[in-house]
Amino acid sequence: MPSKTRTITVQALARVEGEGGLTIRMCDGQVDGVELRIYEPPRFYEGFLRGRSAMEVPDITARICGICPVAYQMSSVHAVEKIFGVTMPPELRALRRLLYCGEWIESHVLHIYMLHAPDFLGFESAVAMAQASPELATVVRRALRLKKAGNSIVNLVGGREVHPINVRVGGFYRLPHRNQLQGLVEELKWARDAALETVRWSAKLPFPDFADDYEFVALRHAAEYPMNEGRIVSSLGLGDDQDKYPNHLRLLADLRRSPPASLPGRSA
Amino acid sequence: MAKTMNRKPRLGVFKFASCDGCQLSLLDCEDELLVVAGAVEIAYFLEATRRPLRGRFDLTLVEGSISSPEQLDLIRDVRARSKFLVTIGACATAGGIQALRNWGHVKEYLEAVYARPDYIKTLDTSTPIAEHVPVDFELRGCPINKHQLVEVIAAFLAGRRPNVPNHAVCVECKRAGTVCVMVAQGIPCLGPITHAGCGAICPSFDRGCYGCFGPSKTPNVVSLTTQFSQSGVSSDAIRRVLHTFNAWSPEFRDAQ
Repeated sequence: MPSKTRTITVQALARVEGEGGLTIRMCDGQVDGVELRIYEPPRFYEGFLRGRSAMEVPDITARICGICPVAYQMSSVHAVEKIFGVTMPPELRALRRLLYCGEWIESHVLHIYMLHAPDFLGFESAVAMAQASPELATVVRRALRLKKAGNSIVNLVGGREVHPINVRVGGFYRLPHRNQLQGLVEELKWARDAALETVRWSAKLPFPDFADDYEFVALRHAAEYPMNEGRIVSSLGLGDDQDKYPNHLRLLADLRRSPPASLPGRSA
Repeated sequence: MAKTMNRKPRLGVFKFASCDGCQLSLLDCEDELLVVAGAVEIAYFLEATRRPLRGRFDLTLVEGSISSPEQLDLIRDVRARSKFLVTIGACATAGGIQALRNWGHVKEYLEAVYARPDYIKTLDTSTPIAEHVPVDFELRGCPINKHQLVEVIAAFLAGRRPNVPNHAVCVECKRAGTVCVMVAQGIPCLGPITHAGCGAICPSFDRGCYGCFGPSKTPNVVSLTTQFSQSGVSSDAIRRVLHTFNAWSPEFRDAQ
């Protein structure tokens, strides 16, 4: 009997950051090959940062991504400060963490409710979700309010939601007043409850029963949830300091081709 | 235009070379998003909906610059499908930060940045949408101001011109009561030649405007850069401050 082949092509993946397409080739009901094409054009940040003043770097790197500009401001400002041997006093460190938390709230709500949930529930978009039933409309309104709560932090500490302007090598340009920060408290108390509601709600989404041997990479910090500082670790036990990051990634790439035990630096 | 339609106008949102930030501004309209979605049909918006590219659009928002061969084809297709085409942000309007390559050699950039340059497809330059197809309105900013975006959509629906002033950031500072950082503290500020729209955020945070909204209408660039150099800013620093997110705009392009 001749084999039956089928090809599924998605020209442009929807509701993801960046741009990509996907082709899946199937033969007799089995997946034969998968090809992910990232056609996002290059913008050459590493190229044109050469020759710029160190003070200009956080404003420029923010533009790598409009969904998570603070991430790129934080990583570049830390890199520059590390070069100059500058460490932040605890108050400024906390304020930077607060700014980053604001972005996490905003960005995670975007991803959970507006980018991913429609796929789990079979809608084309979060807007279509909101129009489908009063219950889902309430969910989307909660998402928008929670997203706004995160954005209000970025707005206050950073100056605006997308590409904030307040992060400076050595600290901030201007510090928020105590009463401005106080003004966020009530809404953030609501947001904490809404975040817990989000965990309960998203835990009920129908996840496919599928596992693969991914190696996840993240920061690990001894005393706090790691955002800005910590060692780079992987779920299979590799660990290294942040400034050894390129070596670490090279090790991970090797790992995909070699048995784990043969690699140096592996602790588990 | 929109007023006479019996159906909801079809909105298309497209991304070219850019960071996603300007189209995200539409999703950042937490208070207005569902209202906007009630007034228009979101017919294509890859960041928000999986709907495939089909048909024509009454209002098209374009983010990003033209920097790859595929984008050249796509923008012509998008223009042909669109009645009213609005560019949103500095990339679409002025080429974006990635237009800094226009002063160098793209081959050198490719080799400096990528381990395997042969995998990368790119044009030699990053250029604004209006260099390739006619544009009906340009909304400035890196990123755009989301309230101005809502104004553009509302104006389109009402069939009127958007109320988006093209004066300098200085006017916004005066209106907000912000003390001039250049006069009072000697901080170099691009406010006098930069297009309004952000609400003069940077001076209110004790820093000079860095020009992310691009040139205002008829900016006196020479006068300001002369002032900068008289107050001790090096010519290299002056060139750098003008050569950021709107470097390829004609008014900033050749500034020394």
